[in-house]
Amino acid sequence: MNVVEINHVVKSYADKVAVDDLSFTIAQGEIFGLIGPNGAGKTTTIKMIMDIIKPDSGEVTILGEKLSEATKDKLGYLPEDRGLYKKQRVLDTIIYFASLKGMNPRLAAEKANQLLNQTGMLPNARKKIDELSKGMSQIIQFIVTIIHEPQLIILDEPFGGLDPVNTELIKKILIDLRNQGKAIILSTHQMNQIEELCDRILMVNDGRSVLYGDLAEIKSRYANNAVLLDFKGELGEIPGVTEQRQHKGYVELVLDGKTTPQKLLEHLVNRGVVINRFEIATPPLNEIFLKVVGKNNE
Amino acid sequence: MNKTYLIFKHEFQGMIRRQGFIIMTLIVPLVFLLGIGIYQIISGVTHPTAEITKIGYVDNIGGFDQYTTQGNISLVRFNKTDEANTSLNGGDIKEYIIIEPSYYTTGMINLYTLEKQLIPPPEITTAIKNFLTSNLLANKVPQPTIDVIEASLNVISIRLTETGAIAPEQGGYGNLLIPSIFSLLLVLSITFSSAYLLQGLGDEKENRLIEVLLSSVSTRQLITGKVLGLGAAGLVQVLVWVITAPFLINFASSSIGGFLSTLQLPPNFLILCVVYFILGYLLFAIISTGIGAISSSAREGQQLATIFTLGAVCPLWLSSAIIYFPNSPVFVFLTIFPITAPVTLMIRLGATDVAAWQIAASIGVMLISIIGGLLLTIKIVRTFLLMYGKRPGLGAILRSLKSG
Repeated sequence: MNVVEINHVVKSYADKVAVDDLSFTIAQGEIFGLIGPNGAGKTTTIKMIMDIIKPDSGEVTILGEKLSEATKDKLGYLPEDRGLYKKQRVLDTIIYFASLKGMNPRLAAEKANQLLNQTGMLPNARKKIDELSKGMSQIIQFIVTIIHEPQLIILDEPFGGLDPVNTELIKKILIDLRNQGKAIILSTHQMNQIEELCDRILMVNDGRSVLYGDLAEIKSRYANNAVLLDFKGELGEIPGVTEQRQHKGYVELVLDGKTTPQKLLEHLVNRGVVINRFEIATPPLNEIFLKVVGKNNE
Repeated sequence: MNKTYLIFKHEFQGMIRRQGFIIMTLIVPLVFLLGIGIYQIISGVTHPTAEITKIGYVDNIGGFDQYTTQGNISLVRFNKTDEANTSLNGGDIKEYIIIEPSYYTTGMINLYTLEKQLIPPPEITTAIKNFLTSNLLANKVPQPTIDVIEASLNVISIRLTETGAIAPEQGGYGNLLIPSIFSLLLVLSITFSSAYLLQGLGDEKENRLIEVLLSSVSTRQLITGKVLGLGAAGLVQVLVWVITAPFLINFASSSIGGFLSTLQLPPNFLILCVVYFILGYLLFAIISTGIGAISSSAREGQQLATIFTLGAVCPLWLSSAIIYFPNSPVFVFLTIFPITAPVTLMIRLGATDVAAWQIAASIGVMLISIIGGLLLTIKIVRTFLLMYGKRPGLGAILRSLKSG
């Protein structure tokens, strides 16, 4: 069953169309990347999924039904701008928000302690939020988002402000949650995180879908028939290679339309080149993003 | 657990734990107790002992020889002004008077003193007056008549009911003081709680916490919980005051007496006090929430809310007019108009009997305003709360409400 189904959704504000005929689905057990330039309509889409704002037309279905108060309990949301009640204690804050999601306060306290322990935040449980660093309060807000074990988790820039250790920690938890069958929407401008975590993506620009589908398939679609090579020895002229681009530690060999990577590998081995790394080049998502958004804005 | 209740509990606990709220709630009884304490200290300093004060007099008429002791004041006769001056400079007497023959026609007496005085102290004036009167009437009228003449007239107004029985509620300044204090407290509480709510809502909006809340609860649950939480905090505050007030007034009456012994706290006034406090709190909480929704920041919200809190305060500016003309149609209107109703009614209750229909109409209009305001505010919040950085114009608000 799809956790999210968006069908031809349109949302306009007084001066612009924020979301224009957008359709996509998100399945159970996947991390779904929602990307696009600033003002593309990502936040409006997220708010419509959460029923904070209503679409002008189209249909939003969450867990097979229109979002109701009961389905809100199956949803976790981490907004881009963080904020918690500054004077409230960490544990009380987590329990309060978990209770608002329908959790029993006693169970919420148990789960909160478990998550605080998992994230190394247990010593801070009695502290007030304003006594925590930015990164620490972000971890607390992340715990608030997932404590009630939601079926759908929406994360807007979850890694902003986190140090590498905490970034890895959050990534690990996200992968665990995906493996447990949760659907996760990840909205971020950090393309490396999308590449690392997401199964499928939706790229929006000016409120419209410009790229949608399996990440690996999209990347291969944008591949430019090149090979990355780390080697020892002399390359010289290679038949079928139209260009050699030097990078730090490797060279990118651009192939003509007739030469396959397999053929190139055979040729290099036959010439006695010592190969340390041979990789079919796929363009980084960042490049695809720039290409697609740039083309769209032309 | 009911989500409205969870929001209510969170807001209520947040409010009653705030320093400002605790200070505001406790400061009223504390200031009253402090006032009584200061009075006791001052009165102790002012009248430390029953020391005899000596006042000299030069009798240029003759015959003023008796009644030279008037309470703690002793009048000492001098034959000549020079003798009196010498005693005054020597500190034997505090001051002296000269009784000239013109006293019979002018009633004027000159008092000579080394002190710079605004007016002669009242106890000295009374003692001199009684000394002169007693001597003038001596041997002409019986002593009890002299005592009656010298005693100040004490007229006590007693209010009767239509059946001729003594009414349970009497008039007087004592009756006016407590309602005036309560109306002032209400205004302060409303201003404080309104600022708190706007600050809280502004913060939630600015740090997007409101989105997290709305991803868990509906707008109706959020607003109802917030408004009721604040109303409950208002109830706690007024109950503390209402419960402590009779004890404090009894204490003040027994330890200070005088004017304070005429203070009254009729039960129906206390009930109305609680009712209007709650209604006022709820109404202004709803107004503040609506303003918070359309404001781009907490500061802008507080500026807008000032317009409404001024509405609540304005009956205080008109309080002397309300006291003198409590049944003027203007003040009847202000009693029924929801924003001015709580304070106007409290002041009028001290000055007159407010007709039952006016109280009923006032409570009715306030209830309708609260319910209607709540529904309207939920709609405004739903439409505008998530607009950041810009405030919708009046046209946009009206269009939004019209569109249903």
